[in-house]
Amino acid sequence: MEGMSMGGYGAYVWTCFTLAAVVFVICEWRARLRLRQVYRDIEVRIKALGDTQ
Amino acid sequence: MWKFIHQLASPPHFFRLAARMLPWLVLPGLLLVGYATYAGLFLAPADYQQGDAFRIIYVHVPSAYLSMLAYMIMAVSAGIGLIWRIKLSHAVAAAAAPIGAWFTFLALATGSIWGKPMWGTWWEWGDPRLTSELIMLFLYFGYMALRGAIDDTTKADKSSAVLALVGAVNVPIIHFSVEWWSSLHQGATLVKKGGPAMDPAMLYPLLAMILGFTLLFGALLLRRVRAEVLFRERRTRWVKELILSGKGPN
Repeated sequence: MEGMSMGGYGAYVWTCFTLAAVVFVICEWRARLRLRQVYRDIEVRIKALGDTQ
Repeated sequence: MWKFIHQLASPPHFFRLAARMLPWLVLPGLLLVGYATYAGLFLAPADYQQGDAFRIIYVHVPSAYLSMLAYMIMAVSAGIGLIWRIKLSHAVAAAAAPIGAWFTFLALATGSIWGKPMWGTWWEWGDPRLTSELIMLFLYFGYMALRGAIDDTTKADKSSAVLALVGAVNVPIIHFSVEWWSSLHQGATLVKKGGPAMDPAMLYPLLAMILGFTLLFGALLLRRVRAEVLFRERRTRWVKELILSGKGPN
């Protein structure tokens, strides 16, 4: 517990490390989402073109 | 050499190569960040002046460094795209912007959180390092807003490339601001004459964290570039073949 309090600076230190983890998770999630969205949009377009031909 | 560069600039080749490179960046990146987090939080001794609050540097310094690296990647790629008209370069520039913006936000937020117990304030407008870093965040926003405002990809590439290149002047300003002007922010600790001014017990976790952040940043960038390449090449034969193969984007 003493290690967690970081000499009274625990709130500042843990907030920063948590924030860094959150930023990485958001960046990863957004990158995956974008790739999946683009892929799905193209898939839908190709299928639609295939249906009309 | 030229053959390799020529191949790398080919969108389908890059798309496949990037997918293969991802695990080689993610796994060592996670290991390094894991080690650096543990060592930085629990093994490194407390600073004699700042106490345990100094441990914030283990996320602040790598994120500040990446905020500038991302901008340089964006500006150089945009410049290459503008001069040599390499499509992939514009895709890299467009992909680097949102990641760079997030790391700039992280650098500003963690710096502000460190500033409260150390300087007694969350923010100091008169400080050149803080202000120039904030300007960089606005440059990222401006770049992304400009791209988003223009529907034509080619026109968006050209206009945003000019903005990225003009804004690049801010990067050396951020780096040297603590030397050029009077600043609350501490001077260079790692890159200075005579070597880093840190004890090895504090230094090694920081170097590991910087390297780990850089590898993970590389992975994020590759993922984003792949999406950008796929979008730009959506009407090409290789993308159609990729979709019809049903293998998925990964």
